[in-house]
Amino acid sequence: MKVNGVERPAAADPRRLLSDHLRHDLGLTGTHVGCEHGVCGCCTVLFDGAPVRSCLMLAVQAEGHEVTTIEGLAAPGAALHPVQQAFHECHGLQCGFCTPGFVMSVVGFLKENPNPSPEQIDEGISGNLCRCTGYASIRRAVQRAAELTSLSPSGERAAELTSLSPSGERVRERGEER
Amino acid sequence: MKPPPFEYYAPKSIDEVCALLSTLEDAKVLAGGQSLVPLLNFRLARPAHLVDINRVPDMAGIYERDGGVAVGALARQAAVEDSALVARICPLLTETMGLVAHRVIRHRGTICGSLAHSDPASELPAVLLALGGHVIARSTRGERAIPAAQLFKSVFETTLAPDELLVEAWFPALSGAFAIAEESRRHGDFALAGVVWAAGRLALFGVASTPVLADHRDPTKGLHPSGDLEATPEFRLHLVKVLTERVLAA
Repeated sequence: MKVNGVERPAAADPRRLLSDHLRHDLGLTGTHVGCEHGVCGCCTVLFDGAPVRSCLMLAVQAEGHEVTTIEGLAAPGAALHPVQQAFHECHGLQCGFCTPGFVMSVVGFLKENPNPSPEQIDEGISGNLCRCTGYASIRRAVQRAAELTSLSPSGERAAELTSLSPSGERVRERGEER
Repeated sequence: MKPPPFEYYAPKSIDEVCALLSTLEDAKVLAGGQSLVPLLNFRLARPAHLVDINRVPDMAGIYERDGGVAVGALARQAAVEDSALVARICPLLTETMGLVAHRVIRHRGTICGSLAHSDPASELPAVLLALGGHVIARSTRGERAIPAAQLFKSVFETTLAPDELLVEAWFPALSGAFAIAEESRRHGDFALAGVVWAAGRLALFGVASTPVLADHRDPTKGLHPSGDLEATPEFRLHLVKVLTERVLAA
């Protein structure tokens, strides 16, 4: 299987979960394991580009497929992925345990919904549990991530967002009005 | 926890799947795995053999058949949710998808897997029952259609034989009013109780060992739901009445 663009060895045992294979065999401990029954969302990775629960897949099922983990979003020292940047700016985390799962879910969510409404954001993050933030800052982070993603020079929304401060102040204000 | 040991098979054709199911004792079919893998992780299921059908080509189809829509064994719930064909022919199915777990789960989960799993609190068996749909079961002995009314036997039990693979589910075209409503503790959870109204039929879920058809004028008649930590039997009966009023008014 390809993990973050690199061909990696297969799991030796068919009952090895993809989450455990990533963490224990490949050393990619950014993928967290919470509940192991698909409820908490901590172990979310991209499987052929779509977010899935890695605790609900066997590693052998990923043979011939592409997996992207949180480690694959940005190289060490390089600029953060827009979704990571947005979580950083909007304090979309406290203890950080759920964060890799949230970030991977949101990466997949924004691919399908580049300009999400607040209702769509709630729906989009409903499959991930956070016990620290109360979700308000995560909602803002998703909104900010959508804006950062569209801020590329060719993005059609780039012009209207040029006044936005890098710290995302406007986003926070708007979030608090809700 | 982690899955118990099992022999793993990844057949590349339906014939190969059927041959395996006809010879192996105590085999389970693995499709989307969104119900089966949690059961394995909890060790509530300990099959000796796991037949993974994900490498079988041409089973993810969603197509028009006999005036309805047919959904292949590997059609993911997300694909059905996004299908314009499904939205046109059977919009109830499209609407139902939003109640089935979360989008991330629906990326892997399958319609046919939900039906074969036969969880009495899940939406899809009740939708198939209300619509009067059927499934196609394939084995080395041949193929047969099983009407929804004969498919669901009990909690996690269907009338599929151990050597049969559920290859397709068929949902008839929908005309007229339809609605689905459920109550759950958290969005995306299994329902405490739910009702489906379609084609003039009312189906209930979460209130018996299988989905059941009910008289919309007296939906709780003869119903004896069980109680658990989340809801008492009386509360479930109350929910059925309220939810029925809601779907009939929709």
